Amino acid sequence: MKRFYGTELPNPLMLGTAQYPSPAILEQAFCESGAGVATVSLRRESGAGQTFWKMIQELGVLILPNTAGCHTVKEAVTTAQMAREVFDTKWIKLELIGHTDSLQPDVFQLVEAARVLTDEGFQVFPYTTDDLIVGERLLAAGCEVLMPWGAPIGSGRGLNNAYALRAMRAEFPDVPLVIDAGIGLPSHAAQAMELGYDAVLLNTAVARAGDPVLMAKAMMQAIQAGQLAHQADPIEARDMAEASTPVIGKAFLS
Amino acid sequence: MKIVLNGEVREVQAETLSDLLDECGYSGRVATAVNEDFVPSSLRIALKLVDGDRVEVVAPMQGG
Repeated sequence: MKRFYGTELPNPLMLGTAQYPSPAILEQAFCESGAGVATVSLRRESGAGQTFWKMIQELGVLILPNTAGCHTVKEAVTTAQMAREVFDTKWIKLELIGHTDSLQPDVFQLVEAARVLTDEGFQVFPYTTDDLIVGERLLAAGCEVLMPWGAPIGSGRGLNNAYALRAMRAEFPDVPLVIDAGIGLPSHAAQAMELGYDAVLLNTAVARAGDPVLMAKAMMQAIQAGQLAHQADPIEARDMAEASTPVIGKAFLS
Repeated sequence: MKIVLNGEVREVQAETLSDLLDECGYSGRVATAVNEDFVPSSLRIALKLVDGDRVEVVAPMQGG
């Protein structure tokens, strides 16, 4: 498995911590799935922050803070600086939202913020689109990981543009690539891994499932299956049938 | 003096950011920004507040 800024992930599932029915279910989803990375955020302190922090620490997973909800470079940079202090990590999932309905990243500001943060010593995980040129610019800005969307955040639509995501994998063979957002089903996550992606980041699909713990396990199994399938070098699809049972030696019975 | 703390106008006695956190009962893991600029915890003691400052105090929260 590729290293993420020098760190090897225990497995390719990055799991969000928002929207679970209860903290206990969140905890169980992590424990039973074995997800190795947790995404977290910063919000105005209302008293609940310290309890949450304690629980996250006890999970013993890698922590990836986000800049969710930020719309400007300034806002994202300040949020990242605060996150680095609170969570004691250089990792930052850089989200710069450009469009309210689709939560599509503003890729122009994203590249600018990535450059500022890299210069300040951050290790940036940019939430981006599947645009190859934006990917190139992010790498030039100092990113060593790219996280293209599968579909809009929380939409559960899977990989909207598998063609573009395949092209991205081919264009950046040595860069750790993560499908971030849009996953709804384990089959979507498996497909991402079959395409050769290095990890999958998801939240809503697990947290809002009827049984989040079961869904977290299903996601992990699908991700592992997809990863094995990619390593196994799958066959190409074809239009016509090709008999798998040998024709030679068939008994003459009619 | 009056400051805006996490979006709410507050009348406070504190003169520094660090005093403000004490006065308003913040403890544990929080990060601070004043007038949209990050203030590292090591600089809170030295940071003098002025009337009208906008202070943000944030803490760990669930996220995706």
